[in-house]
Parts: sequence; C-alpha cells; structure tokens
Amino acid sequence: MIKVLLFAELEEKAGQREVEISAEEMKISDIKIYLLNKFPQLTVINTAMPAINEEYAEDEVKAKAGDNVAFIPPVSGG
Amino acid sequence: MAEQKNFLITEEVINIQEVVDKVTDRNAGAVNTFIGTVRELTKGKKTLYLKYDAYVPMAEKKLAQIGDEIQIDFPEAKVAITHRIGELGITDIAVVIAVSTPHRADAFTASRYAIERIKEIVPIWKKEHWEDGEEWIGDQLEKKPYPSGKPEKEDLQ
Repeated sequence: MIKVLLFAELEEKAGQREVEISAEEMKISDIKIYLLNKFPQLTVINTAMPAINEEYAEDEVKAKAGDNVAFIPPVSGG
Repeated sequence: MAEQKNFLITEEVINIQEVVDKVTDRNAGAVNTFIGTVRELTKGKKTLYLKYDAYVPMAEKKLAQIGDEIQIDFPEAKVAITHRIGELGITDIAVVIAVSTPHRADAFTASRYAIERIKEIVPIWKKEHWEDGEEWIGDQLEKKPYPSGKPEKEDLQ
C-alpha cells in the first residue's frame, strides 16, 4: 500500500487529503496518471512537486509499499 | 510552555519572546527577529482573513534544513523559526524567525535568507479569503516560483 497525500488546492479538488494505492511499487509519474484517472479535475497536479517520505523526489523515482508520497502545490508560507 | 523545538509549526498564537529565547547565546552580539504578519490590502484587494495549511512533519523538517543551510555560512548562528497555521486575522503573526550571531550583519543576512527560503521549499500554503472570493496563493514571491513546473534541483537540495 502506498499512501498519497494531497494538499491545498489538490486536496480541495479531490475532496480528500489521503489516497491509498494498492501497489508494491509505483513510479511517481504513474501515480500522477493514476490520480488523474481517479480525479480528472486534478490537472493542477502537474504544477505540484512530488515528495517521498518528506523529501522532494523526481518523477521517475519509484515509491514502495509503506512510503508516503505527497504532492506539494506551489508553497506560500511566510 | 510549548515544546522546545527550534523549528515548529503550530496552531497556537506565536509568542515572540519564546522564539527569541531559543537563540539567546552568551556569544551573540545580535538577535535579529523577523515577524511576518497578515496584511489587509494586496494590490487594492481586501483580505478578510487567511487560512494556512501545512504538511506538518515535512514543513518542520524543511525549516530545520534552512537552519542547517544558514549554519554552513554562519557556523555560530543559532536559528529558531515558528510558523502558525489555521485561521489568521489581519495583523496576526504568521511567522517568527529569530537568528543570533556574534555580529549584527550576519544576523540580518541569515534572517532574510530564512524567510526567502521558506517561500521556496517549505510545504505551507496560504488561502486568501477576500470580500469577493477565495484562492490558494502559489506565487507569494510575485514571480513564477517554478518556471519549469517545479523548483529547480538546486532549490531542493
């Protein structure tokens, strides 16, 4: 199981903050495709930065079961 | 008293003195404190209130990373950052950054670096609630933060 976290605009558009994917391993880019199939309204995911276990990661990196994958929309703290 | 973490995301009102106390040092000649507050008018548009959200564990980790980055240039610096999330009204304090260093110039430089870096890498989001609508803000720096769709590699190291 891979846990996916959506924040801010992504969370609002999906209507939920967490999505669980039953997979042993999955590339970030494939997770994006999975999410877009599940939530076609989530096109802004393409401007979000992926992170695995709280570190930014590239699209080609594979997440494994037990990992937390987050999609970080452009940040605006401060 | 709140937990003594130098890099903290909180839903509570920020106590400035508590943040300053975390960096107090006998060898410091300066403590620079930056206080980020909620402003009412942005380009003539009136904010009613803001909502901040964060990916809390990652945000605290990235704030700590900023502290580490500052210590590369200023090994004697002590840094503490507290960022508030939840609903904030006009004039409320959103962030307090305290940096102590032996000499004042370094404290100014490091504080400036910290706030700019927060706007690049720390997963905190602000939702503006205006008189006539609401919107998640994503280009706080008033420039495209991610020209390639996301921060450049060197931004994220």
